[in-house]
Amino acid sequence: MCGIVGLFLKNEVLQRNLGRLTGLMLRELCDRGPDSAGFAIYGDERKGITKLCMVNRDDVVDWSEVADRLASTIGADVAVEEIEDHAILRTTGSGEIARKWLIDNIPSAYVLSQGTAIETFKGVGNPAAIIERLALETRAGTHSIGHTRMATESAVTVAGSHPFSTGDDTCLVHNGSLSNHNRLREQLLRKGERFQTENDSEVAAAYLASRMRGGDTLQRALENGLRDLDGFYTFLVGTREGFAVIRDPIACKPAVIAETDDWVAMATEYRAIAPLPGVEHAKIWEPAPATAYAWSHAA
Amino acid sequence: MTKVSSIPRTSRNSVLDLVEMSLRSVNQLLHDTRDGDFLIRNPRGAHAIVCGLDGNLKVTIEGHVGYYCAGMNKRAHVTVIGNAGTGVAENMMSGIVHVRGDASQSAGATGCGGLLVIDGNASARCGIALRGLDIVVKGSVGHMSAFMAQAGRLVVLGDAGDGLGDSLYEAQLFVRGAVKSLGTDCIEKELRDEHRAALRTLLDAAGVRNIDVAKFRRYGSARKLYHFHVDNAGQY
Repeated sequence: MCGIVGLFLKNEVLQRNLGRLTGLMLRELCDRGPDSAGFAIYGDERKGITKLCMVNRDDVVDWSEVADRLASTIGADVAVEEIEDHAILRTTGSGEIARKWLIDNIPSAYVLSQGTAIETFKGVGNPAAIIERLALETRAGTHSIGHTRMATESAVTVAGSHPFSTGDDTCLVHNGSLSNHNRLREQLLRKGERFQTENDSEVAAAYLASRMRGGDTLQRALENGLRDLDGFYTFLVGTREGFAVIRDPIACKPAVIAETDDWVAMATEYRAIAPLPGVEHAKIWEPAPATAYAWSHAA
Repeated sequence: MTKVSSIPRTSRNSVLDLVEMSLRSVNQLLHDTRDGDFLIRNPRGAHAIVCGLDGNLKVTIEGHVGYYCAGMNKRAHVTVIGNAGTGVAENMMSGIVHVRGDASQSAGATGCGGLLVIDGNASARCGIALRGLDIVVKGSVGHMSAFMAQAGRLVVLGDAGDGLGDSLYEAQLFVRGAVKSLGTDCIEKELRDEHRAALRTLLDAAGVRNIDVAKFRRYGSARKLYHFHVDNAGQY
């Protein structure tokens, strides 16, 4: 099970409604993933600023103190915006260095993502309640991806919820399960990738991050994944400019894509696309197995 | 399941709007009805629309449907003016299910009888485990179609994906376009006059005109996989 949605806006007028439309889509897939949910919204870029999205593990985290310690360590400004149990740290420093320091030094919180555009939120429980608590429907932006989870390969925890970060401004949501994730995790650990969970999807995220760090484009990394990732999957990968979809060669895990002049939507099922404006004029198709599809705002 | 008593007794030619009525009440109403014409509006990808019909009903659904639409259908004639999700007409017994758009994977899975017509394409595993249903796909079918199909016919006017007819029993497959690859134990067989005549009758029933049946290729089981061969005894 699990449900995936993605919405890529071509028409700028719709950007202020991104969160509302993503919420409509995600709510349709609550019953495919009733145990947790998460989403990434791309937008609100500010020149020279990197955003680090974090969520506390169980205790209350003193985010101001975290920001102060991070600022003095990396020698750059760090501002905090608290949203429920989440915090967005905005820094003028290096996101990559900040992420590593936060993982190593703030065990009471998880780092969900880093980048100039991405903001990531996740929670455990009924997806509709998570959408409301974290005010998804008020958010604006250029594109989004979301996930409702029915856990298979690891525990139901906030860390095990999707999306998983795959590096700067990229993240992954997964419907399926991988069978070679333990071996692959060991190989990736030796290459210096950092893990925060026992989750198979996090391994796929780290795999793509590692490939892209090694020079692969997203497209190439996904194609290499067809060889190296053993299991069932539909992946939706968010990037700063857009998103990409790929299904494994057997393609048991469903996926449907719809496109109009105003937007591109991807979802596990059509019913998540049905509430979108103008859907009656959409071109609708199923992505073919082992084929990457990508949309980008970059010219 | 208890009957929904609040539903007014149906009349012929009723419009059932899934914005105003629950899916369960629409399905129950159709289960309680033996004949009549119905138009279902606003399906919006919901699952299991008009499953388990058993009557001389004519049901038209205006829009895209989700999983398992018209599953287990008996006698009814169901038309979907849109696309269908996974498992449309799965295990149907008789009647006609007609999808005007595309169908997702496992269309007509395990179908026992009747006719399933898909005007567009059907994706992977179309007609998997077929047991007597006839399927006519006017577009193309995806990989592993007719996997382990036992009886019935799959007719494809377009192309077929990888592994067509893998582990096939006695279903008959007819493809007009290209077959990407045949599955294990599936082979091409001669298209004889009786096959052409049967194909013509089936295409007529599916409303397909002006098609030269001689352009089809016939595929069937090599019957090497489902018979025990003493030469292979050591492998068990």
